[in-house]
Amino acid sequence: MTDLTSMTIAEAKAGLANKSFTSLELTDAHLAAIEAARSLNAFVLETPDQARAMARAIDAKIAKGEGGPLAGIPLGIKDLFATKDVRTTACSKILGNFVPPYESTVTSQLWRDGAVMLGKLNNDEFAMGSSNETSCFGPVVNPWRREGSNTTLVPGGSSGGSASAVAALLCMGATATDTGGSIRQPAAFTATVGVKPTYGRCSRWGIVAFASSLDQAGPIARTVRDSAILMRSMAGHDPKDTTSVDIGVPDYEAAIGKSVKGMKIGIPKEYRLDGMPAEIEKLWTEGAAWLKAAGAELVEVSLPHTKYALPAYYIVAPAEASSNLARYDGVRYGLRMPGRSIGELYESTRAEGFGDEVRRRVMIGTYVLSAGYYDAYYLRAQKVRTLIKKDFEDCFAKGVSAILTPATPSAAFGVGEKGGADPVEMYLNDIFTVTVNMAGLPGIAVPAGKDAQGLPLGLQLIGRPFDEEMLFSLGEVVEQAAGRFTPPRWW
Amino acid sequence: MNVSVKPGKLIKGQTGDWEVVIGMEIHAQVTSKSKLFSGASTEFGGEPNSHVSLVDAAMPGMLPVINEECVRQAVRTGLGLNAQINLRSVFDRKNYFYPDLPQGYQISQYKSPIVGEGEVVVELDGGKTATVGIERLHLEQDAGKLLHDQSPTMSYVDLNRSGVALMEIVSKPDIRDAEQAKAYVTKLRSILRYLGTCDGDMEKGSLRADVNVSVRKPGGPLGTRCEIKNMNSINFIGQAIEYEARRQIEIIEDGGTIDQETRLFDPNKGETRSMRSKEEAHDYRYFPDPDLLPLEFTQSYVDELKAKLPELPDQKKARFIESLGLSPYDASVLVAERESADFYETVLAGLADKARDGKLAANWVINELFGRLNKEGHGIADSPVSAAQLAAIVGLIGEGTISGKIAKDLFEIVWTEGGDPRELVEARGMKQVTDLGAIEKVVDDIIAANPDKVAQAKAKPQLAGWFVGQVMKQSGGKANPQAVNDLLKAKLGI
Repeated sequence: MTDLTSMTIAEAKAGLANKSFTSLELTDAHLAAIEAARSLNAFVLETPDQARAMARAIDAKIAKGEGGPLAGIPLGIKDLFATKDVRTTACSKILGNFVPPYESTVTSQLWRDGAVMLGKLNNDEFAMGSSNETSCFGPVVNPWRREGSNTTLVPGGSSGGSASAVAALLCMGATATDTGGSIRQPAAFTATVGVKPTYGRCSRWGIVAFASSLDQAGPIARTVRDSAILMRSMAGHDPKDTTSVDIGVPDYEAAIGKSVKGMKIGIPKEYRLDGMPAEIEKLWTEGAAWLKAAGAELVEVSLPHTKYALPAYYIVAPAEASSNLARYDGVRYGLRMPGRSIGELYESTRAEGFGDEVRRRVMIGTYVLSAGYYDAYYLRAQKVRTLIKKDFEDCFAKGVSAILTPATPSAAFGVGEKGGADPVEMYLNDIFTVTVNMAGLPGIAVPAGKDAQGLPLGLQLIGRPFDEEMLFSLGEVVEQAAGRFTPPRWW
Repeated sequence: MNVSVKPGKLIKGQTGDWEVVIGMEIHAQVTSKSKLFSGASTEFGGEPNSHVSLVDAAMPGMLPVINEECVRQAVRTGLGLNAQINLRSVFDRKNYFYPDLPQGYQISQYKSPIVGEGEVVVELDGGKTATVGIERLHLEQDAGKLLHDQSPTMSYVDLNRSGVALMEIVSKPDIRDAEQAKAYVTKLRSILRYLGTCDGDMEKGSLRADVNVSVRKPGGPLGTRCEIKNMNSINFIGQAIEYEARRQIEIIEDGGTIDQETRLFDPNKGETRSMRSKEEAHDYRYFPDPDLLPLEFTQSYVDELKAKLPELPDQKKARFIESLGLSPYDASVLVAERESADFYETVLAGLADKARDGKLAANWVINELFGRLNKEGHGIADSPVSAAQLAAIVGLIGEGTISGKIAKDLFEIVWTEGGDPRELVEARGMKQVTDLGAIEKVVDDIIAANPDKVAQAKAKPQLAGWFVGQVMKQSGGKANPQAVNDLLKAKLGI
């Protein structure tokens, strides 16, 4: 059984193709693993019946020589994706037992290609958080622990359930979303690979919105190749999402192993922060050396507006969120708390339904959009955003193919350790990742080493718009050099 | 610069004359099969919540997609208002909570509307016109409807209208009295209906007006305005303005000041009432909708739509005056409604000699037909007399086959019994007698039988009218009146 869950998607595809095992066997192995790992709290809803039904159906297809590129592969789905007839909550009390009568475009493309749904994965409430501690279902536990310690660590967030489940071999891959680092940071915290595609590469239709101009779906997987395989199914133009881009989806897997010789890799000096831990610095240097050894050329680049990215992000994202979350009002679906007037109904429903972090961001967002503050905050932040974008454009205009940075400023931290007194402490987790969302660029986080306590660390590669292929080629170089990391099973 | 603003009727107060300054925001429902950002039907009168898509109900993860037909209609309307068409416009979110607004925001256009400045020429009494400037036109979503009469303890929501496309047409404060205001709405409605971009049905709520009213001493600085919301009748607009202007004048003359506020008109009491003050006004927190890209199209797209615009009332009126010699008044009456203009055009098409009979046809459409339709409460669409029948009647008069008087009888027969006017004239012997011999015989008989009247007429020629009447009576009205006159004059020697 263990063998079936420790395979990569690429290996499992081969095994299914040569009939070494069936999708049902593969699915059952993962369902058993999920059941045994409930202490991780990665899944908020297990769908074993549906999983087995899908597996049987795809087995029948495989037997006839049919089935798509993901035929029979069991996946976990972040609870932000609407899944038809399956409870979808964004891990917020306010959605209650909401069961959508529709399927998100991204997941429907996964099922179209033959994937099997194991269940819904935990995340920070409405994807707002960097530790998966804001979920109404409680925090997700990172399968990684510090050496010789039993301290419970966070898997990062908001896609903490996705990262934890993939790292702990509960699913072969998972969907995730990234608004400021929500795919890449948890990937780095769990030694998984996380891809945040170019804005517009994946449809947002049917994904519970956090910040519409920043949200983007992407995969978390155990290898760069697996993430490329998943990306091909998740990506694509969708007429139902005006911001999705009509560009053909390439065979991302074909980019794996492609030579990176002569590619210019930018090392942005502004990412070298004061007081950055030495091991992060070392990891970064090492990663650069691996790429150089593979034939890439390293160049120092400047992204001068980097320091404004986080503050600007925490204006734009809450502004959009405050508006996007207005629909959760207790009138049509989800939680409704009684009230003697409509105003009271709104107030009690939203007070009861939203957690602290969501309420904080709704209030920040409402404030920065208010008359008299709009120009000073929102408009200014949008100008900063334009400058950040231009920083990258200038850099790419000089022939840089991709930019290498650390994925996070630290390894995973303990549950309850950060952000209790000062939310900014938590926000700083996204310091290396938010720029990418602000500029709408693709980014990948690849496991690259461990810190002194044995916790995984990741590197981030940032690419040109719609050049995810370059990231897969370069990411695989890092992966080959760094090796793969699997947490010892303790749960 | 509003050089063309016509002074309006001043209102007398205790301290002298006051001028009313009016600007309007008209919400016109776009004629389209589906909503502004969803595929749901816009049909009126469906079962509650039967025309609601996932987008209209603001389900989690739903995204708006612009309906191109609504864009086309907005551009066509802009062209019809002689307005600037903006090749790039932006959709914004107007944020507020209300149960009839599922998203918690209305998608509208705030800083960059699809249509900019334009103008409308408005017909006033006595053939005068005024020009009202258009500030802008933008596209936005309509809200749903609350039903308060379904349960003793709860209100229900009907989302059928939620997301239906509206054009908000904002005028400049160029209107100066209730009469002009009514004329403006009438004209705008007419233009929209000619264009087919809004059905203009005010009863169904397809056209609603928010009216901004302030008063000032003529030529003085603008006063504080009050907005009267959601007017759905042209007459109520007039009444509301009259009331509101007097209310404001009284307050000011009593030493008070006007509070900027939103008011509602109560048609039963004929008065406006405060709805909410400026302090209670929402902060809508407008910002560009991140779910939608800026709306962009090319000049050639606009040009193509422009080339295919129908003839609008002003152009039609000019044509009627120039090529058919109609009076400006008659032309205005005919073009005011698209249906009546169409009817008249069909009558014209049925005339053998348009140049000769066009004007006569206009008279008949306006006086005989419209008069009768009004009297009997018919619309032009269910007129018992068709355009073809009317054309035949007018043709018979024009060619001299029947007299105007007989034509009225013929019209009556066609109205009540129907039938081909030409055949009716034949069958019922209604042809005008132009045979001089026959008329002369009648004239001679009457002169011979009435020597006293002859004497009187010779003394006082105006009395010859009595003879005309007798001749017409005896001929059953069919004698050619001109011929009768000529003969009488000769025989009586007057």
